[in-house]
Amino acid sequence: MTAVVTRASRRAPRPRSGRVPWILLVPAVAGVLFLVLPFAGMLLRAPWPAMGARVTDPDVVAALWLSLSTATAATAVSLLFGVPLAWLLARTEFPGRRLVRALVTVPLVIPPVVGGVALLMVLGRNGVIGRYLDAWFGLTLPFTSAAVVIAQVFVAMPFLVISVEGALRGADRRYEEAAATLGASRVTIFARVTLPMVLPGIAAGAVLCWARALGEFGATITFAGNFPGTTQTMPLAVYMAMQRDPEAAVVLSLVLLLVSLAVLATLRERWVRAA
Amino acid sequence: MREHIRGRRPRPDGPFRGRAAALTALVLGATACASGPGAGGGGDGSGAGGELTVFAAASLIDVFEEIAGSFEQERPGVTVTLNFAGSSELAQQINSGAPADVFAAADTATMGQVVDGEGLDADWAAEHGGDALVFATNTLRIAVPPDNPAGVGGLADLAEDDVSVAFCAQEVPCGSATATALEAAGLEVTPVTLEEDVRAVLTKVELDEVDAGLVYATDVASAGGRVEGLEFPGAEEAANDYPIAVLAGAADPDLAADWAGFVATEGAPVLREAGFGTP
Amino acid sequence: MRPPERASGTRSGASVPASTAGPALDAELRLRRGDFTLDVALTAEPGEVLALLGPNGAGKSSALRALAGLAPLAGGHVFVDGSDETTTAVEHRPIGMVFQDYLLFEHLSALDNVAFGPRCQGAARAEARSRAAELLDHMDLADHARARPRELSGGQAQRVALARALAVRPRLLLLDEPMAALDASTRIDVRARLRRLLEDFDGVTVLVTHDPLDAMVLADRIAVVESGRVVQRGEPAEVARRPRTSYVARLVGLNLFRGEGAGEVVELADPAPGGRVRVSVREPCRGPALVAFPPRAVALYPEHPHGSTRNVWRLTVDGIERFGDQVRVHLLGPPSLAADITPAALAELGLSRGDTVWAGVKASEVECYPG
Repeated sequence: MTAVVTRASRRAPRPRSGRVPWILLVPAVAGVLFLVLPFAGMLLRAPWPAMGARVTDPDVVAALWLSLSTATAATAVSLLFGVPLAWLLARTEFPGRRLVRALVTVPLVIPPVVGGVALLMVLGRNGVIGRYLDAWFGLTLPFTSAAVVIAQVFVAMPFLVISVEGALRGADRRYEEAAATLGASRVTIFARVTLPMVLPGIAAGAVLCWARALGEFGATITFAGNFPGTTQTMPLAVYMAMQRDPEAAVVLSLVLLLVSLAVLATLRERWVRAA
Repeated sequence: MREHIRGRRPRPDGPFRGRAAALTALVLGATACASGPGAGGGGDGSGAGGELTVFAAASLIDVFEEIAGSFEQERPGVTVTLNFAGSSELAQQINSGAPADVFAAADTATMGQVVDGEGLDADWAAEHGGDALVFATNTLRIAVPPDNPAGVGGLADLAEDDVSVAFCAQEVPCGSATATALEAAGLEVTPVTLEEDVRAVLTKVELDEVDAGLVYATDVASAGGRVEGLEFPGAEEAANDYPIAVLAGAADPDLAADWAGFVATEGAPVLREAGFGTP
Repeated sequence: MRPPERASGTRSGASVPASTAGPALDAELRLRRGDFTLDVALTAEPGEVLALLGPNGAGKSSALRALAGLAPLAGGHVFVDGSDETTTAVEHRPIGMVFQDYLLFEHLSALDNVAFGPRCQGAARAEARSRAAELLDHMDLADHARARPRELSGGQAQRVALARALAVRPRLLLLDEPMAALDASTRIDVRARLRRLLEDFDGVTVLVTHDPLDAMVLADRIAVVESGRVVQRGEPAEVARRPRTSYVARLVGLNLFRGEGAGEVVELADPAPGGRVRVSVREPCRGPALVAFPPRAVALYPEHPHGSTRNVWRLTVDGIERFGDQVRVHLLGPPSLAADITPAALAELGLSRGDTVWAGVKASEVECYPG
């Protein structure tokens, strides 16, 4: 404290910015504690000696690998469809646009299990579309890794769309007009002006999307089922472990937590350096 | 893994117990209330009036509500309070001193915890060979969609490559029963999915997403016509026994014993209708 | 620069005879935005710089956006070099535009900003870059080709924006308040440089500004826009000398009155309750007339002056402000006018708000022209 005071007094006098009002500080700190304490509890109770053996367990490695690869694939698919969708919602006017926007956000509201049932109704072996996939191409989606990705896209893509749409609405459209006066078509404007402008928003949306996909449980277990190696992602493995051995579930959760934190920190590092 | 709690959880203090019982009676036993307390009429085991608190496994919700209704009708003045939850949770509550008169569990292992904790009424237990009374069994069935598209005829067909099968995960009770049944039949089956509970297996069959699944007979019964249940030889190897017992702390051991007996005898048709087997 | 290579319009010359003798720009712009309506006609010859001068909200920028195709027209037409561009999409118009804050693409270098247009027109990357490099070189920006827009000064950014607009070889160059984003200290240099660059351009330039100095220095002709209408057109000197509206008069620093000429005397219209006001003028004029004289031609006296001054009025001081090295005294009439005097004179007169004072203007300082 003394050091701070001396340093401050040596500097040119500056207007005091005032203290953080307690009416904001207290709830803020309570909020942080509420979010952090459960993890702290988990860390305290974790059987650290058993950690090494758990992490190298082939089933755990398989589940972790499946989680990371499907979440990444789901994010890629979400980007492919979600960014153009966000553009459509933010940049065009068409009848029913508000309705489409509301529908796009439905997966945010409904329980993921219901989403999984809905996916079965449509893409299941007997589903509205699925029956033709089965009949014409011999393609059945449920109980495959592709189904895991589909379930994740269903619940996670809205996060990306909302995020990118917000970025698009916040972007200065006059840059797009400037590009138009230079002879750029709408596609060129989108690719060479709009996209670079909203890149931070897309990145933020992609991270949200990836994180949501990584934690996906309800829709996955309902639509894709649970089978080690093909459809058992980490959240499913955690849930199954919970049935028999809560301690094992804690270990698996920690593994998931640490790996995802590591990935996000690495990504962040890269962006910060790029920017 | 779902947990159902009907009625109020019994509390140690009297007034609340009374009110809970009255409420439950109001909801569950409207007919009993209509006949009025003190209307007389003798049961075989006990006198008129009395309160009974039953802890029962969640899978017994429908049948026990029906049986309690008949019980109260035949024994005017008696009110039965039912408390449903997962068997192991109930066993823990009983061992911690929860005021229950009768306990009905979904498997003998869980009942074993209460027996080992010397939780049974000594007199009643003496009459039943020192152990709880098995009043129902639940056996596995092969559930198939109504028209049985894959033409599954028996357990061996599940091992076929072109038959997609859903099982319960090893971690849950129906999963270990499945493993036992397959082992008894000497079969090795690779399912497409290991579901988190037996209802999820049933759902996959109902939606025709798999050709077959192993579920309990009661689940087949509850699904109405939406799935077809196939019995298979050796199913009883993996049968799940439902034991019932009068507990040491029973307020009215005679009434409690009366209920246990009633479930095993007059309750049998109701149980069978729900898909249970009866001894 | 060479004629445009890009296709202009989808209906080139179908509906209108493409007369080669017509003006390089012939536009009639009508558009409506809520209560505001814009209705202006603009023409310009090749190489000419036309300034749209007017107050904020007058519709200058709307007119510019309409020329670019960024704002839809409710009516009218746009012909550039004789071809009808009225319904041409923005990206196919033969235009280049410099925006108020330049809108350089932040993620591209100065060079790639300039090369953006040629790339859109289908030039190969190398070709687009060499054209861009040439333009930047021409604008003394060769050293800044690799710089990101945020690393450029205001004047450099303006030149990059101009190079970017010129890189598409436009026939119509549109400048929206090109000096507004610059600080006062760099304006003089930048303005002079812009003037030279515009002189090299052989197409039509339309420049929007609210600063009369920009218009005077940069433009060959000025169109004054007020409330969506052109209220005065002419060469800069003409507009500066003979303003037609009080807005323009204020901009160019003149006292302006409307009246009826009767030889050497003009009777002002709408005098305040004080009664009729007559102004003696330099040269006789008749009929509806405008009367203008600069504030510095007004002399103030504590008492009625004796001498040759023909126009003498007793007025009330409404306000006093510094104006360069002079003091501007706003006087309430009739006629209400502004007078510029020296600080010494002000001290001598000891004026403050509400005082009365005699104002005199020599007839030789008063210009009269048809109204």
